[in-house]
Amino acid sequence: MAEVFVFATLNGLVTGLLLFMLASGLTLIFSMMGVLNFAHASFYMLGAYFAYTLSTYIGFWGGLLIAPLIVGCIGAAIERYGLRRVHQSGHVAELVFTFGLAFLIEEAVQFFWGRDTKNYQSPELFDFALFSLFGQEFSAYRGFMIAIACLIFAGLYFILTRSRVGIIIQASISHPQTVANLGHNVPLIFMCVFGVGTALAGVAGVIAGPVLTTFPGMATVLGSIVFVVVVIGGLGSLPGALIASLLVGLLQSYAIAADVGMPELLNLFGVSFDSSHPLDDLWTLNLPQIAPVLPYLLLVLVLIFKPTGLMGNREQ
Amino acid sequence: MKKQLPVWLGFALALIILPQIFDSVLGISILNQMTIWIIFALSYNMLLGQGGMLSFGHAVYFGLGGFMSVHALNLIADEIIVFSITLIPLVGGAVGLIAAVFIGSFSTRKSGTVFAMISLGIGELIVASSLIFADFFGGEAGVTGDRTYGPPFFGIEFLQDAEVYYLGAFWLFVATLFMYLFTQTPAGRMANAVRDNPERAEFIGYSTRRVRFISFCAAGLFAGVAGGLFAINYEFITEENLNALTSGRVLLMAYIGGLGFFIGPIVGAVILTLMNSLLSNYSEMWMLYLGIMFLLTVLFLPRGFAGFIMMHQTAWRNRRLGMLILPYLITAIPVSLFLAGFVGLVELSHKGDDILPFFGLSLGADSMLSWGILLTLAGAGALGVKLSRPRLNAAWAAANTVAKDADGDAR
Repeated sequence: MAEVFVFATLNGLVTGLLLFMLASGLTLIFSMMGVLNFAHASFYMLGAYFAYTLSTYIGFWGGLLIAPLIVGCIGAAIERYGLRRVHQSGHVAELVFTFGLAFLIEEAVQFFWGRDTKNYQSPELFDFALFSLFGQEFSAYRGFMIAIACLIFAGLYFILTRSRVGIIIQASISHPQTVANLGHNVPLIFMCVFGVGTALAGVAGVIAGPVLTTFPGMATVLGSIVFVVVVIGGLGSLPGALIASLLVGLLQSYAIAADVGMPELLNLFGVSFDSSHPLDDLWTLNLPQIAPVLPYLLLVLVLIFKPTGLMGNREQ
Repeated sequence: MKKQLPVWLGFALALIILPQIFDSVLGISILNQMTIWIIFALSYNMLLGQGGMLSFGHAVYFGLGGFMSVHALNLIADEIIVFSITLIPLVGGAVGLIAAVFIGSFSTRKSGTVFAMISLGIGELIVASSLIFADFFGGEAGVTGDRTYGPPFFGIEFLQDAEVYYLGAFWLFVATLFMYLFTQTPAGRMANAVRDNPERAEFIGYSTRRVRFISFCAAGLFAGVAGGLFAINYEFITEENLNALTSGRVLLMAYIGGLGFFIGPIVGAVILTLMNSLLSNYSEMWMLYLGIMFLLTVLFLPRGFAGFIMMHQTAWRNRRLGMLILPYLITAIPVSLFLAGFVGLVELSHKGDDILPFFGLSLGADSMLSWGILLTLAGAGALGVKLSRPRLNAAWAAANTVAKDADGDAR
C-alpha cells in the first residue's frame, strides 16, 4: 500500500508541476489583460514540436533554449497583430479569437509536421534512475521536470514581487493609465507579458514532449485541464495556480492508483445489486474510471460554491 | 409580424423548392444537414447572441436529445411504444429542455467567464460519463436505430432522404418561427437587456438569473429538437455528437454568420455545411482554411457575414450602393488572385509527388517554376489589394457620409 501511495504522490507531483508551468503563464496573461487564452496549450504544443525539430539538429539543450524563444516571439506577434485588434470588440470576441487560434494552430501543426507521432526523446544524460523505492525506479528526467518547474515558480515570484520590472507589470495590471502617464509603454508591456507567458508554455512543451509524446492532439489533451486549474486556483493568482495544479495532479494520480469503487462502497452498507440491473454501469463504477472526470467535477463545484476560485479575489 | 409575412412565406417557399433544384443525392444530403445545423446554430444564438452567454458545451443538449431520440426510434421499432416518427424531434426537445432546466438551475447565476467555464466543465463531464455509461450511450461505437419501422405517416415511411428532408424542413420552419417569436416576447427582450447591462436590468427589478435561465432552457429545447432531427436523418449517434468538437462547430457557425442578427446563424450554418460537404472532397486541408476564415472573421468582421451585409444599410438608404459596386469588383480581382496563389501554395506543399491541376496548368512540388508561379500570383494579389484599398475606402466614405446624421444610429 505504501509504495502505491508514494509513487502516486510522485507522479501526481510531476503532473501537477507540469500543469503549473502552463497555468503560470495563463494566469499571468489573464491578470494583465483579462483574456483567458484558450490557445495556451497550443503554444505548449508548438514548443514541443519546435524543440523536436531543433533537437534533430542541435540536440535537446539547444531546443530547450531556442524553442521557447520562437514560441514567445510567435505569441508576442499574435498579441500585437491579433488580440490587440480584437480587444476593441470585447471579452467574448477575445475568448472566441483564442478559441479559433487553438483550432488553427492544431491544423497548422498537422500541416507542417504531419499527423503522426514524433519520436522526440529525452537527452541521454538523464537515462538513469534517480533513486529506487520498493523496487521501482524514479527516472532522473522526472526529477529534472520537477526542478525546472520549481525554478520557474521561484523565478516568476521573485521577478513579479521583488524586481522593478515586476512592480511596473503589477502596476499596469491595476492602474494602466497611471503607468502610461509615468512614461511607460503599456501596450509594449502587455505584448511582452503575453510573449513571456507563451514562452513559458513553450518551455513546458519542450520538457513534456518526450514524456507525454509529441502528437497533434497533445494540446487538446492538456488544454481544458489547464483551464480548469487556473479557474479553480482563482483567476490571476499565481500561488492559487500552484495549489490548484498540485491538487488536480495529485487528485488524478490518487484516483488512478486507488482500486476502490461503488461495489466496495455498497458492500460497506450491506447493499448489493444484481448484475442485470439497468443501472449496472452505475453500481460497478470505480475510481480509476472516473479519474479523468474529477478535475471537471471539482471545477463545477468550485464555480458553484466559490466563483472566485480558491485564492482569487476577482470575478469575471 | 404582419410586415414580415412575405419573408416567412418566401422562407417556406424556398424550403419547398430547394430540393427540386438540388435533387441529386449529394444535394438532398446537404440540405438535410442544413436543416439540422440551422436549428442548432439558431438555438446557440439564443445563448450567445441574444443572451450574452458564451457556452463551450452546447452540444450536450443536442447530443442528449439525439441519444434519447435514437432510443425512442428503437422502442418504436420493438413496438414497445406507439409513436409517430414525425414527432421524434419533440422527444429530443423535451430531453434537451429537461437537461437545460437541471444544468441551468446553477450555471446561469453568472454570465461571462464563469458561465463559459461551467459550460466547459459540464460538457467534459457529460462526455466522460458517456464513455462510462455504455448501456445508454453505446460506448465509442454509439447507438444505432431505424426510422422506417414506425407507423407510416399518411403512407410515408421515410425510406427516402427526400422524405426525411420535408420532415426536417417542416421542423426547421416551426423551430425558426418559434425562435423568432421568442425574440419578440418580453422574455426575449429582457435577455437582450441583461446581455447589454445586467446592473440596470437588476435595478428595474428583473432577476438577471431568471432571465438567463429562461433563455438557457429555450436554447436547450431547440438544441434537443436539432438532435432529434439528427437522429432521424443519420439513424445513429455517437459520443462525438455531444463533445467539445460539436460545441466548437456550432460556435463557429454562429460567429461566422453573425451573432447580433437573427439571420446570422442561418448564414453561418449554410456556409459551414457547404464547406464541410463540398470542400472536404477536394482538399485534405479544408479544416486549415476553415480555421483561417474563422480567425479573419473574428478580426475583420466582428459582426459576421450578416453584419457585413448590414453594414451597407446606410449606403442603401443614401441610394449610393451603386457607387460601391465598381470599387468592390476592382478589389475582388487581386483578392481572388491572392487566394488562388495561397491555396495553390498550401495544396502544392501537401501533394508530395502528385501533380496539382491548377487552372489548366499542372504543377509539381519538385519544380521551382511551379512554386515561382504561385508565389508571384500570391504576391501580385497582395500588392494589388494594397494598391486598390485607398480607392475602396474613399468610395466607402463617400457612400456613407451624406445622410449620416439623419440615420441616427451609425453602426
